[in-house]
Amino acid sequence: MTEDLDWIARAGKKAKGKRPAYFEDPAIDRTLSIVMALVGEVSVLRERIDTVERLLDAKGSISRADIEGYEPDKSSARERGLLTKEYIARIMRGVQQDLEALAEVDQPSVEEISKTLRDI
Amino acid sequence: MSQDVPPPYHAVARHGVFPEPSHDEAARFNFLASLNKYMASTLGTGNKLAYYKRVLPAFVKEHGREPRDRHEIRHAMNRDPWHRYWSALKRNSMEMRQQNGRAMVLRQLDTLDAKARQYNEGRDTLRLDPAVEVPRYQNAVDIHCMPGSYHGEERPGDVSAGANYDCGIFATTGGGLGALTDGGGQALVDWIKKERPGWTPRRILDVGTTIGHNIVPLALAFPDTEIVAIDTAAPVLRYGHARAQSLGARNLTFVQKNAEDLSEYPDGYFDWVQTTMFLHETSGKALPRIINEGHRVLAEGGLMLHLEQPQYSDEMPLFEQFIRDWDAFNNNEPFWSSMHALHLEDIMEQAGFSRDNQFVTGVTAVVDETIFPKQHQGEGEDHGRAASWHAYGAWKRA
Repeated sequence: MTEDLDWIARAGKKAKGKRPAYFEDPAIDRTLSIVMALVGEVSVLRERIDTVERLLDAKGSISRADIEGYEPDKSSARERGLLTKEYIARIMRGVQQDLEALAEVDQPSVEEISKTLRDI
Repeated sequence: MSQDVPPPYHAVARHGVFPEPSHDEAARFNFLASLNKYMASTLGTGNKLAYYKRVLPAFVKEHGREPRDRHEIRHAMNRDPWHRYWSALKRNSMEMRQQNGRAMVLRQLDTLDAKARQYNEGRDTLRLDPAVEVPRYQNAVDIHCMPGSYHGEERPGDVSAGANYDCGIFATTGGGLGALTDGGGQALVDWIKKERPGWTPRRILDVGTTIGHNIVPLALAFPDTEIVAIDTAAPVLRYGHARAQSLGARNLTFVQKNAEDLSEYPDGYFDWVQTTMFLHETSGKALPRIINEGHRVLAEGGLMLHLEQPQYSDEMPLFEQFIRDWDAFNNNEPFWSSMHALHLEDIMEQAGFSRDNQFVTGVTAVVDETIFPKQHQGEGEDHGRAASWHAYGAWKRA
């Protein structure tokens, strides 16, 4: 471990340059940063559990060193990549459905449809 | 269907000074590689949809005409809820890549510095010059949102900037540049062997080399060529030199120098002068100076070559120009937009390369395709990071 440096604090240093504001309320920008960091950490946990499962399958019992030293073979790496891909698709569902809505021809609201159905 | 999945971080090659990732650090980069791919492919089309379905019609209604340039499109798109959210996600991904890389590098900085010293101390192939100033175009903002940019140090003499730059390229390119992030350099080797079979340049100058990732393949392919790699930032040169030595590239000297002044080298000293993804990190006045100096130190019959993302031409739709500009305003690349609107051909002509001797060609990263993805352009391309470039080149004739 690095001795004379607060590496935890320094890792998160801000880059020089004004950060663009993406939303009217700065709290939304801030909250999205926290949410995305959490999204990343859940992905990391899932990958770690996957490592534990694979090592247990292969060996029956494991140590932390086994986990740290684990290197997936080609097919395991692909299965794990797919797991992460599917996880991201699930997390991003709302954004992706906004995209689908963008592509749709303007749809009437369910309120309006409800009124129409009453009369047909 | 066959799912497109980025290669695992474990496939990244560990040269002699590469930071050692823990299980979870590798997993963080795996997540970011996948997230970036998702944002470029699945979500990427949303910007175009938002533009043509509502932003452009609203603009036309308001102004009675279409946008005149990419800047007008940007200002309009920056008010669109879809584009805002997509940009905010992407900016976060860039910031996370920096935090994740720095956390990994800084916790093991003692070890990395010690390893670099072993390769660097007493070697005359690393020449640092503390008198070289960091140019304003390198420190006006931290490029790529890298805290400290290329020249920042956590403590004097460290390699943190180089190591952080190196370890995270996998995340932003989804492995598109290959195990050693050198797909661009490998492509140059392939290209020159086809273009000039049997040619061995006496000397090559690589300008803005950073960690030397694109010049090491040329050094290894031309072991009898004397190669000089320059940059203004000492931390990336320290790291790059150690990296090159560990990979066996001994004919490569790293020199701290600003390319606007190459007076150390006589006219016609080099047979090949090049930059790879560097010119967009200079400035309106520095860029022509660098090309002029490059021309001067280039020998007759020599080659000048610049790899960049494509220039904005009148043929390129304004929307594409706008989306290619994203990094300029959202990922701290302040010269990117102006640079891509320049006519490089004119600047090269003014430096002395006649139009007849200039050429533009496409270059795609050369990687081990059994592990790393083949690059494609068009839909789903992550503009600004795609591992395929335009090479703007010229042969110097008498």
